[in-house]
Formats: sequence, structure tokens, C-alpha cells
Amino acid sequence: MDVLLDIFASANFWAAAIRIATPLIFGVLGALICERAGVLNLGIEGIFVAGAMAGWLAVYLGAGLWGGVLIAALAGALFGLLHAFLTVILGLSQHVSGIGITLLATSASYFTYRTTLPDVSSPPRIAPFQPIAVPGLSDLPFIGPALFQQTLLTWLALVLVAIVAFVLYRTPLGLAIRAVGDNPASVEAQGLSVRGLRIGAVVIGSALMALGGAFLTMSAFDAFFFGMVNGRGWICIALVVFASWQPGKALLGALLFGAFDAFQIRLQAEIGQVVPGQVFLMMPYLLSILALVLVARKADYPRALLQPWTKGQRH
Amino acid sequence: MTDPAILLSLDNITKRFGALVANDAISLDLRESEILALLGENGAGKTTLMNILFGHYVQDEGLVRVRSNGGDMNSLPPGSPGAALAAGVGMVHQHFTLAENLSGLDNIRLGTEPLLSLGRRAMARTRIKSIIAESGLEVDLDRRVADLTVGEKQRIEILKALYRDARVLILDEPTAVLTPQEAEGLFVVLRRLAANGLGVIFISHKLGEVLAVSHRIMVLRGGKKAGELTAAQADRRAIADLMVGKAVAEVTRTPGSIGKALLEFDDVCLGKPSTRTALSHVSFKLRAGEIVALAGISGNGQTTIAALLSGLAVPDSGTLRLDGQPMTRTSPRRLVEAGFARMPEDRQHDGVVGTMSVAENIAIEDVRSPELSRFGFLNRNAMQTRAQSAIAAYDVRCPGPDAEARLLSGGNVQKLILARVLEREPRIILANQPTRGLDIGAQAEVHRRILAARDRGAAVLVISEDLDELFALADRFLVIHAGEVVEAGPADALDRATIGLLMAGQSHTTEPLAQ
Amino acid sequence: MSLRLDPREHAPLFLRLLVSLVAGLAALLLVAIPVMAAGANPFEAYLLMAQGAFGSMFALSETLNRATPLILTGLAAAVAFRARLWNIGAEGQLYMGALAAVMVGSGFLQLPAPLAIPAIMLAGFLAGGLMMVIPAMLKQRFGADEVVITLLLNFVVILFIQMLIEGPLKDPLAMGWPQSVPLVAEARFDKLIPRLRMHWGLIVGLVAALILWLMVKRTVLGFEIKAVGENKAAARFAGIPVDATMLKVALISGGLAGLAGVSEVAGVKGYLSADLSPGFGYSGIVVAMLAGLSPIGSVLAAIFIAAVFVGADSMSRATGISNYLADLVVALSLLCVLVGGFFLRFRLRWQSRQEA
Repeated sequence: MDVLLDIFASANFWAAAIRIATPLIFGVLGALICERAGVLNLGIEGIFVAGAMAGWLAVYLGAGLWGGVLIAALAGALFGLLHAFLTVILGLSQHVSGIGITLLATSASYFTYRTTLPDVSSPPRIAPFQPIAVPGLSDLPFIGPALFQQTLLTWLALVLVAIVAFVLYRTPLGLAIRAVGDNPASVEAQGLSVRGLRIGAVVIGSALMALGGAFLTMSAFDAFFFGMVNGRGWICIALVVFASWQPGKALLGALLFGAFDAFQIRLQAEIGQVVPGQVFLMMPYLLSILALVLVARKADYPRALLQPWTKGQRH
Repeated sequence: MTDPAILLSLDNITKRFGALVANDAISLDLRESEILALLGENGAGKTTLMNILFGHYVQDEGLVRVRSNGGDMNSLPPGSPGAALAAGVGMVHQHFTLAENLSGLDNIRLGTEPLLSLGRRAMARTRIKSIIAESGLEVDLDRRVADLTVGEKQRIEILKALYRDARVLILDEPTAVLTPQEAEGLFVVLRRLAANGLGVIFISHKLGEVLAVSHRIMVLRGGKKAGELTAAQADRRAIADLMVGKAVAEVTRTPGSIGKALLEFDDVCLGKPSTRTALSHVSFKLRAGEIVALAGISGNGQTTIAALLSGLAVPDSGTLRLDGQPMTRTSPRRLVEAGFARMPEDRQHDGVVGTMSVAENIAIEDVRSPELSRFGFLNRNAMQTRAQSAIAAYDVRCPGPDAEARLLSGGNVQKLILARVLEREPRIILANQPTRGLDIGAQAEVHRRILAARDRGAAVLVISEDLDELFALADRFLVIHAGEVVEAGPADALDRATIGLLMAGQSHTTEPLAQ
Repeated sequence: MSLRLDPREHAPLFLRLLVSLVAGLAALLLVAIPVMAAGANPFEAYLLMAQGAFGSMFALSETLNRATPLILTGLAAAVAFRARLWNIGAEGQLYMGALAAVMVGSGFLQLPAPLAIPAIMLAGFLAGGLMMVIPAMLKQRFGADEVVITLLLNFVVILFIQMLIEGPLKDPLAMGWPQSVPLVAEARFDKLIPRLRMHWGLIVGLVAALILWLMVKRTVLGFEIKAVGENKAAARFAGIPVDATMLKVALISGGLAGLAGVSEVAGVKGYLSADLSPGFGYSGIVVAMLAGLSPIGSVLAAIFIAAVFVGADSMSRATGISNYLADLVVALSLLCVLVGGFFLRFRLRWQSRQEA
């Protein structure tokens, strides 16, 4: 019991939880925007890889950290545009297109990395984002170290939660996005473009997903590894359902997840000799499955999710 | 006195879908303050015409012109709902175009404010409130649309158009989903709006309400304009002839010989009380050789009765009895094996698998029978043979047994379903909206088949929103309201007014209220 | 003149074949861009790939060897997708099949060869099938999306396998390598031709394709799967047991992926390790889509994808271009065949339009 208390009372634990949650916040927000508009984007896993690789490579080649963030977002937007073309314009299966985008973005990233850096034996490093200390606040007990060990990208993620929530619930654009994911006919009958809204949402959402990947190589670590995304994208898809497509709950879900993950890492240090390490590593995936199973029945799915739309269509 | 100004004019609109001419050179004018009824059978081309006017379809020929604020008649670019909206044309579709996850207020605002702005929610609310006060379209603006009644949703739809300063309002079959009271309320609103200068086009296939509300009537038949007359000149007989064209051979109904009760509902309850699908303490009997009508306004529990008779639902309490024996653990397959024939309400969605062939769709209910399969292997020859005889016997127009069912017209899909369920000489038949959306020829054919099955000794339950259809078929009436079924008695002793009152929830014994 | 789209009533067989063929070729053509970006001559690269995949008896054997698990995972995806059951978990099912094969066939049961091979195949089929039946049941019982669950299970399974081969199943004679105890000789698939790696797993794959083809065309189950996949509501209304049919599909689909794992263990490696499959499960999705979900087509598509992998490996060794090029071709094939599906549903028509 004391072990557990020690873990939860440690500011470092909470700092780690927030760090682990950050890429998920980006990813869940991105997936949420796409799905609110009625498009499932299973390209997320590959877009994470593309964001991680493109952002890192841009910095490695001298673009500067924020230049890297921008490049990562552009890479994500590009794959989002492809997904939108296939699913929104051509009306093809969102499932299959998303898997295709993941395969393409992953292989394109790996290929680019290998082609650009053919002769490296160990992954080269960049100087990543550094934690920003706010004088005064950082010295607060507990909260200070937990919150102010974070980099600007984490703050960006938190600000984005507020922005996405505001746009979704407080502006005409958000109104239109929520409407197009529920009943595209309502949007068309009011003279708005179903396709325009959906394409926009998928592109923006995909750019956010890519930022989740960029966080991995530019803040959490300082290099790009094969397999480093490791299912984080899929976890985001499960978290969106868990969050009922609401930005606030998405933040909460990502933080809970981060806390759990940080917890299992520390638990592993404590009882790792008795229980094989893989048991701990399995936990995030099993937790996501459990979350999905528990909320699925009650989930308020956007009604038009997965449904292609052709102009003037009746139902 | 000069005529009011023309608001809208359609000039020689023609629209073809493949070989079908849905609209053939149709012209019409609509004036200020006028309610114009567009009357016609299903498939006469009314909805197509309005979808062209509103920009959902692009016409092959012809022009749509709308009067601008300055008084010029400007032609509308085809295929642009946005342009129609901007020109002041508002449309209320048969299937509402509302986002159910938003409030009524947000649905009305949708698309009226710049997307990249903070919006003008408070201003919008003030203006909508004043429109509500002016028009009498009372509705709670802050509730999620999903939680509104059908009538309230329709009011939101009309408010959407008025909020955009519509000068022309098109309503597609607006009363199909309303109670008579709600419909009367709608007519009051429409008259008031027209008095304020709005032009209204009212699409319907119901004669009575058209005569009640409109100033002028235009009749469409087979995609062509069949006639046009003022409401004052019109009489029922003349309009009916215009709608139908040459007299269709009446289906004659001879009195049947009624036998013993085959199926019995005994105090059946299902679902959460006071929801649109709940049933409360329903008891009735279906007897051999008898057609029983289940009349009622849609959404009063008919779908649940149909689900029970299809095997898709089981009662929460109470019993279904077949030949006096309680039926437990019903399922679609068990009912089929017990001699039930089931015609689904939504025949395209529940009745056929569009990408499977006609032969496969005819075989689908008993593909595991020894006739059609052995040891898990299909007997394709038997399927083919059965399909060929069914196609011939039921006059299913299709390229052949191997054609995919999605290529069939609505009428032919229904004939396919009839062939599937009636060939096995069922004892109990559920005919749920058996002729909805069918042309008159196909309707008569379906009615003939149902009557023939009754004469053979089957017990039939017909569920329909069309009272004329029920009177044409039924020996006896049941009426459903708010999940309760009342016995209305033999068809010969009933008239439409009595049924109408029961449909509105007034019991037999109470004195009919005035109006 | 303007371009317009008309829905197609039928997509004839030749058109469907053409779409798959064009999609594969288009994917190959598109990778000319990255090849050139990598500073190589694309024609040379294609030639090297073709030689690497088909240029000798050895190359052909390698290609067919690589195609063997892809046939099975392709069939797994095809049968599931036909029923609109989105099984993206073939990778995990493959490993579970392989695990079951090792547990049954590594000497724990003393069986003669004629029984040992059927025993490991049955065990692998059931283990893989179970791995798909679980998500299918979660979907029916809780409404949980099978796509995400099967995807996440892939990660769980691979960790589970790592745990076992570093623990209870670890081969003490493997000099510390994380790999399982080997299969006994009786439980191993024979080579088809001496000194070439092709093995009896290929025959298993071909027979599975034939059985599946027969099932689709001739059996009540195939009929019911089609009805459930194309229109669940109508199938249910007509009395087809939708849930039970879906579970059968899940068992068959997962089982086929499990057989792929058995085949890799019994035919190639002889033991289980965490690098048994370089993504055969995911490539199976591409195989199935390229095949238009046809069982026979899956065999051809699997050979194509296998040739791309084998050819790219060989080309990579000669030119230094990264062999991730093969993964690029595979991903592009999937997207191209998806776009091709659009042309199966619509036909493009030029029409002249008189301005009214």
C-alpha cells in the first residue's frame, strides 16, 4: 500500500502522466474533429509516424523546432487530404482507406528516413523542446514540478483542447461540423457544402494527429525509431469513443490513460522481478479495449459516421 | 383589381431518369399570397419537380425563375440549393433535414452566419421569437431536435425557411406524419402566412386536405400536367379522374367466409410506456378468411405490432397464441416455418438484399429447406426453377432470375416479396404498408393477391396509413393510438370520420367534438 | 462536353480483373518516383525486382514461400470483409495459431506424423479463430467496434508471445535467443522440392482457397454470409441467424489467419519467435482487396504481393535502395484498388450538353 501512496504522491509521477498523455491529446482531438464531421480516420496510426518522422527530419536538416512542427502538421494534412479525397469525394470505404493511409504513411516515412540517412548505425539526435520553467510557479510544491516540467508542445496541446471545444460549441463553424456528422442533408438544405466541411475537418484533424507524432520525436525523445508509435494512434480511436466525442472528456481520458501508463511503469520498477514486464506493457492496450467495451453501448456516435454522401441524396 | 405579382415561374421543366420521363415539359406560376396544391399519385413527378426547383436535381430542360426583391424575374442556376435559398425559396422535405444532435435554434441558424465568426446567437433568437409570434409556429427552441415530436420538427423546418426570408415555401406531403389536429394547426399557420404575402406550394396526394387549404390546384399524372383548376371550381370526382386518368379496374371484394381464430394477441405489452413504439395491453384476434385493418397515425405502435408478427420482437408481457397454443421464443425463421407471410414496411431495406439475385431473394426465407439445399449445399437448379415460375406467376418485371434485386422498381420488389411469401400458402399474413409508393396498377395487383389469399382461408392483418386502401381491403377494423388497440367493428358499419376520431385517440363512446 | 458519372448496373468479371491488374501496375509505376528520389534508375530497379522474384527456380520458390502465409491471411480478410466483419487482427491471430502449433507439436503430445500435422493445424485454426470470435462477440454483446479491438489485440498478442518465449516456452538450447522450443520432426511440413524452401503450407493455402470458393458459391453458409454482409436488416427479417453467421465468419477468418501461423512455424522456422511475421496479417488485407475478396483471386494477389517483397529485397541488396519500397508498393496497391472500386460502381461518360 505504501508503494502505491508513494507513487501517487510523487510530482514526477504526475509529470510523467502528462507527458505520456500529450501525444494522445493531439491524436484524440484530431480523430474527434474528423469523426464529428462523419469521417472515421484510421490513417491516424500512420499519420503519427509521418508526423514523427517529418518533424524530426525537418529539425535534423536545420528547419528549427517550430519549423519542424509546421512540417509535421503539413505532412499530416497531406495524408488527411488523400483520405478525404478517397472517402468524401469518391465515397469509398472509410475503413479500408484509413488502413491504406496508415500503411502508406508508415512505409513512406520509413523509406524516406532510410533513404535520407542510409549510413547511420544508431539514430541521430536533435536538440528537442525543453521544459519551460515559469519563475515563481515552477517552485510551487507538487504542482510546480508536475506542470512545469512540460515543454511548449504540451501547453500547445492543452490550449488546443480549449480552442477545439470553443469552435465546436460556440461558433457557426462548429455548428456546421456537428450538423454534418449527424445529418448531412441538414447542412446541404441550408446551402452549406457537405464536402467542403468534411474535407476541411479531415485535413485539420489529420494535421493535429501528426503533431501527436511530432511530440514523440521532438519532445518526449530526441530521435526517430522504427515502431515508436506502437499503437498510440489506435488507442486514440478508442479514446474518442470513451470521450463521447467531447474535447473536455477527451482531455480527461488522455490524462487518465497517461496516469495509468505512468503508474504501470513505476509499478514495474517495484514488482518487475515477480511479474514479467510484458504484462505491464500489455496494460495500455487492454485498458483501451476495456474502455471501449464499457462505453460502446451508451456511446452517442455521430449518426452519419462512416456514411458517404452524394449531393442531393435522400434517405 | 390586378392579380398579385408572380413570385415563381417554372417553364417547361423536363427531367429524365434513364428511360423514365419523370417530368415532361411542366410549367407553373405561383403568385403572392397564393397556396397552390400540387396533387398527384405516387410517381406522378411531384417530388422530382420540387427537387429541381430547390436545386437537388438538375433538370434536363427548362427554366426556373424567381422574382427578385426588385421585381425582376431572374432565372435560378440549376443544381444549387444555395441559390434557391438565396432567392427566397424554402423547402420542407418529407424527410426532415434536421441535425438531431442540435437544438431547434441551432438548426435554424445553421448556415445563416459566416462560418468563421463568433455567430449571432442572441440576435437570431430574438428574430426567431418574433417570427414565432407572428406565425403561430410555437416550439421550444432550446431542446435537442431528437427530443421533439414530429409536429414540432416540422415547425422547426418551416421556421428555417421563414428565418431566411423565404417568399416561396414548398411543403412535400406535410401531413403524412401529422395527427388530424396537428394538420389542422398547420393549415391555420399556412393561411396566416399566405395572408402575409408568402407563396406556398403544397404537395399532396390527399384530396380532402388539398380542397381544404389551397386556392388553386394543379394535378400531375405520369410526369405531365394533367389539369389545373381553382379550388372554387374543383369537385372531388373531377380531380380524382384527373389524378388517375382512365378508370382503373376496381378490385372487387366479395364477403369472405370467416373461420376460427388463428392468431391471438392476449394482453400484450412491450416497450417503455408512452414512447412511439410502446404497446400497452393489446388484445385482438385474427381469424381465418378475414382481412383485418390496423388503422392509425404513424408512430403509435404499428411498427411494434409488425415486429411481433415478423418475429423480430417478443412481448414483455402477455401472450401471442397460434391455434390457441402460446408461442414462445419466436424468431423470423420460426414464424416462417409456422406459416406466416410477412411483408416488411420498408421493402427496399428489410425486404430484399439488393446485391443478391432475384432467385436468391425469392429463396432467402427457406434456403435451408430440403427443396433448396442438401447437406449444406445449395440446389441452384431448384432455386432457379422456383424463381422462373414466381416471375411468371407474379409478373415480376426483371431481366431474369439472375438479375440483382436492386435493379427492380418498387412495385416489382413488392411483387417479388409477394411471390416469396404467398407461394407457400401461408396461414397468417402481415401486410405492412403493402402499396406505399406503388403506382396504381401495381396497387391493384397487390390488393388482388391479398384478397385471393384471404379467400383461400388465410388470416390477414393490413397496416396502412392510407384509409382508402384499408376500406378497399378490410373486413374488420382495429385502430391503434398511443400503443393501445381498440376494436372498431366490421368495415361495412364504419365511415372515415369514425375511424379518424379513433385514430386521434377519442374512444367509441364519447360524443364526437364539434370540428 | 462535360464528364458525368453513371451508376453501373453490373461489373463484369473482366472489368474486375482489369481493375486489380491496373491497380497493381499503377502501384508499381508510382514507386518510380521514390526510386528516382533515391537516385536510382527505375527501369533497372524494376528489372532487378522481376529477376529477384521470378528469375530462377530459387527465386520462384522464395516468392511462393513468401506467398504461402499471405494466401491464408488474404483469405482470412476476404471471408471476413465479405460479411462486413472488419477483421484487422490477422497479425495477432497468426501468432496465436503459431503458438498453438508449438504448444501441441513440440513434444508435449507424442503423436505419429499422420496425426501430428492435423493436430497442430486444428489447434492453430481454433486458436486463431478464437482470437477473432472474441471481438465478434464483444461487438454483438456490447456494440464495441471490432476494428479497433482487433487492431489493439495485435499488440497484446505479440507481447504475450514475447512473454512466453522469454519464459515458460523458452528454448534452453537457443543460446539465449528469445525463441520457443522447436516442433518435433513429425509435426513439420515437408519441403515440396528438395533444397528449395517451398513447403506443404502452400498446398494448405491452395486447398483453403478452393474450399472457400466452394463455400461462397455453393453452400447455404456462403449464401447466408452474403446476405448478412450485404444487408443485415433484410437477412434478419428473412430469418437468417445474423449473430450466429457472424460468429461462424469470425471463426473461419481467424482460423485461416491462425493456419498462416502454423504454416510459418511448421514449414519455415520450426519454432516460434517474435519476428515470425513481418506484417503478414496487415498485408493480407491488401491481398484480399486486390483480389476483390475472391478466394481464387487471393491466391494470385498473394503471389503478386510476395513477389514485390522478395523482388524488393533482392533489388535492395543490389542497389542499396531501402526495401521499405516493397511496403510502399503494397500500400499504394491497396489505395489504387480502392479507387478502382469506384470505377466498378460508376462509369465515366463524356456527354455533350446543350445550354438551355
